[in-house]
Amino acid sequence: MGHCGRRYRSGRAVDLRRRPVGRFGDRLGQNCGLTFNTTGVLGVFRDRDGFLSGRAFPWWITIPSYQSLAEGRRWHFFFAWLFALNGLAYLIYGFLARHFKRDLAPTRFDLRNIGRSILDHLRFKHPRGEAAKRYNVLQKLTYMAVIFVLLPLMILSGLTMSPGVDSAAPWLLDIFGGRQSARTIHFITATLIVLFVIVHLIEVVLSGFFNEMRSILTGWFAVRPEKTDAKRSEP
Amino acid sequence: MTRDLLTRRAALGALGAGGLALSGCDQLSQNQTFKRMLEGAEKLSLHGQRLVLNSSQPMAREYQASDISRDFKANGTTKPDSEDYRRLAMNQFSDWQLKIDGLVKKPISLSLADLKAMPSRTQITRHDCVEGWSAIGQWSGVPLSHLLESAELMPNAKYIVFRCADDLEQSRDGSGLYYESIDLVDAFHPQTIMAYAMNGQPLPVPHGAPLRLRVERQLGYKMAKYVMRIEAVEDFAKIGFGKGGYWEDRGYEWYAGI
Repeated sequence: MGHCGRRYRSGRAVDLRRRPVGRFGDRLGQNCGLTFNTTGVLGVFRDRDGFLSGRAFPWWITIPSYQSLAEGRRWHFFFAWLFALNGLAYLIYGFLARHFKRDLAPTRFDLRNIGRSILDHLRFKHPRGEAAKRYNVLQKLTYMAVIFVLLPLMILSGLTMSPGVDSAAPWLLDIFGGRQSARTIHFITATLIVLFVIVHLIEVVLSGFFNEMRSILTGWFAVRPEKTDAKRSEP
Repeated sequence: MTRDLLTRRAALGALGAGGLALSGCDQLSQNQTFKRMLEGAEKLSLHGQRLVLNSSQPMAREYQASDISRDFKANGTTKPDSEDYRRLAMNQFSDWQLKIDGLVKKPISLSLADLKAMPSRTQITRHDCVEGWSAIGQWSGVPLSHLLESAELMPNAKYIVFRCADDLEQSRDGSGLYYESIDLVDAFHPQTIMAYAMNGQPLPVPHGAPLRLRVERQLGYKMAKYVMRIEAVEDFAKIGFGKGGYWEDRGYEWYAGI
């Protein structure tokens, strides 16, 4: 039928018999007649119970952890809808409340001092005092890129994979160059967003986990007293 | 710098939260209430897309002959293994009959020659698999709307069910027999055809000989191969495990437009 060969399957099928498994364990891949060392994470890896598995992704990175395209799709589309509706509300709020213009659009001053901001980031130096209450220029540019480029690209390329949407909006196919290139772009944008989240979380942890989390969730951000300045003014 | 780069407490907190969240997902996947909540998204996809698709009935994109895939993957069953099917295939399906029954005023039975004598439609379309791959092929067949008009649907008919010859699970009781269902919106769409030819040749066995469904605005698993019988029903709760199709009974969405 026009359905799946195996009962449950996610990702591309990998024929385990073609992979040399033995002296080098599961860390060898073959392509174009060449044998090369792979990470042992993607394609072939040991699953939770130590068995060799031929799934595209290891269990600890997928939801659910076991192989089920059907359940994976349910999770995917439920949260895709939640994300899209929530994102729409956020965009409407962001424009109406002038959040984007006020807080995210970099000012000319920001852009002129971008070199300074890059240096500060490289030295893990975080703004203190009143400056910590505003987004710095790299933050602003990154958020703008994520909100107005990455996320829309991810949603649109995802929609391009839907045969129903394609019939109503065939221009999507022209934008992305077909369903398969849309699939690639969907994957790349999703990976970049994961990368953004990881870097973002690292920054949150580095600049004070509890204070930052509280300010993200409630808007209440405590500016720490400047110890060095306080000392100087003591005598 | 006056502040610690990374406090132990913060790092442990972040790691712990991540780990808990991931391992909890499997348990949630098994939870019936949560499952129903996730499945609720299918209604959003169905009604969201129907809002757009219903009013204007847009057509799936049709391609040029030069776009046809050289290698069109045959998925699922590629050769039904029942004795009956083998006998039919041996005689090039000259003994095969398509039954159209259920909630129709005039049940009919049609041979392959009967179908080929009917009005036909040829379309070059993209086949989208739920697994992610796609392939382009040319399909010729009878518009399903023509068949349903000939059999005259009763007013209470809401779904069209396709009964197939292949048993993907090789079950003895027939519980693994492939079947699919679509509603009347898709059944009467001009590109919904019962195809007997692929790329100008009689439909090959791996692709569903002698007859398969093409419902171009949905995913491949909806496009039942080896169709033996078309049945009009009011609902499909009593068929198979009640979800409207072989793969639907095994967790896939009934509406496969996404």
